[in-house]
Amino acid sequence: MAVGMVWTLTLLTAAAFALLTGNGAAVAAAAAEGMSAAVRLTLTMGGGVMFYSAVMEVMDGAGLTASLSRGLRPVLEALFPSSRKDRALSEALSCNVCANLLGLGNAATPAGIRAAVRLRELSGGETASDELCRLVVLNTASVQLLPATVAALRAGLGAANPFDILPAVWLTSACSVAVGLLCERWFARRKG
Amino acid sequence: MRALLQLLPALLPGLVGAIALRRGCDVFSALTAGARKGLALLGRILPSLVALLPAVYMLRASGALDALTELVSPALTWLGIPAETLPLMLLRPFSGSGALSLGGELMETYGPDTTVGRTAAVMLGSTETTFYVLTVYFGAAGIKKTRHAAAAALCADMAGFLAAAWCVKAFF
Repeated sequence: MAVGMVWTLTLLTAAAFALLTGNGAAVAAAAAEGMSAAVRLTLTMGGGVMFYSAVMEVMDGAGLTASLSRGLRPVLEALFPSSRKDRALSEALSCNVCANLLGLGNAATPAGIRAAVRLRELSGGETASDELCRLVVLNTASVQLLPATVAALRAGLGAANPFDILPAVWLTSACSVAVGLLCERWFARRKG
Repeated sequence: MRALLQLLPALLPGLVGAIALRRGCDVFSALTAGARKGLALLGRILPSLVALLPAVYMLRASGALDALTELVSPALTWLGIPAETLPLMLLRPFSGSGALSLGGELMETYGPDTTVGRTAAVMLGSTETTFYVLTVYFGAAGIKKTRHAAAAALCADMAGFLAAAWCVKAFF
């Protein structure tokens, strides 16, 4: 909905601006150029995206996700106290966070939803509990060790080293997750 | 560190393959199944690219994008964020495939190894489609009162954009 509005606004703004500046011909040419650029870009990044998606699949199939999720449990029990006594919740949480860490977005969402549903069952009512808010913030802030899709994009577009952004992504992820969790705590205390 | 990251394109698949083989996993069929999932991802990105790119290109050709960028660029420059990433930051919380499209377009136009290209990549890699996650999680759990979740999530996004720009400056 929001994107549709932005899209419409973008086109109307372009038309209005072209009328004012007399850039009409350039705008008409840009439309055609944008359409073919979309197809060209998909082809350029296609190889990288498919290759790394293949590697991620092997990683998941070899059970690496399961090993990592066992190691994560102590951290998650500190963040989500109710998972100490609830096995189903603890499993869904570690599966969710670990899929996020490995950049397996498709696996993260179903596990995250399972955890969200379980948290609601534990708290009851239609109001989000602190822990549910924390789960959502953790997922919107995206903790990623292996940003596979972006690395694949960079590989497809001819980056000298597609993975050289990893340290920057780690530090950035850590910052945004820390800010998100701190804000969650702060807002929860202020508004009650 | 840099040398190790340089080797990662060979080392990562190699190590993953070795562990998978040792655990008796059918590596090649997993590879092809994964590549097919990648193809499905491309299939999801292409429609939004075709829808969005002509609009962005037209906005740029009309001169409006330059005017908008010029308007906010003092503020963004003061914060240390490349002004070219403005459309990406605006779209990121709303549409995952849309943001991937715009980010890919920035990396292609400016080059994946430039400050703009790298900042776009780090922004994409360390943030999420906030409103999609909010809708899906709270919708599935049947929550009506979401309290402070959206505000905290958007603060995290903004921190991510800032940190992305600063980290790229610091590391490269």
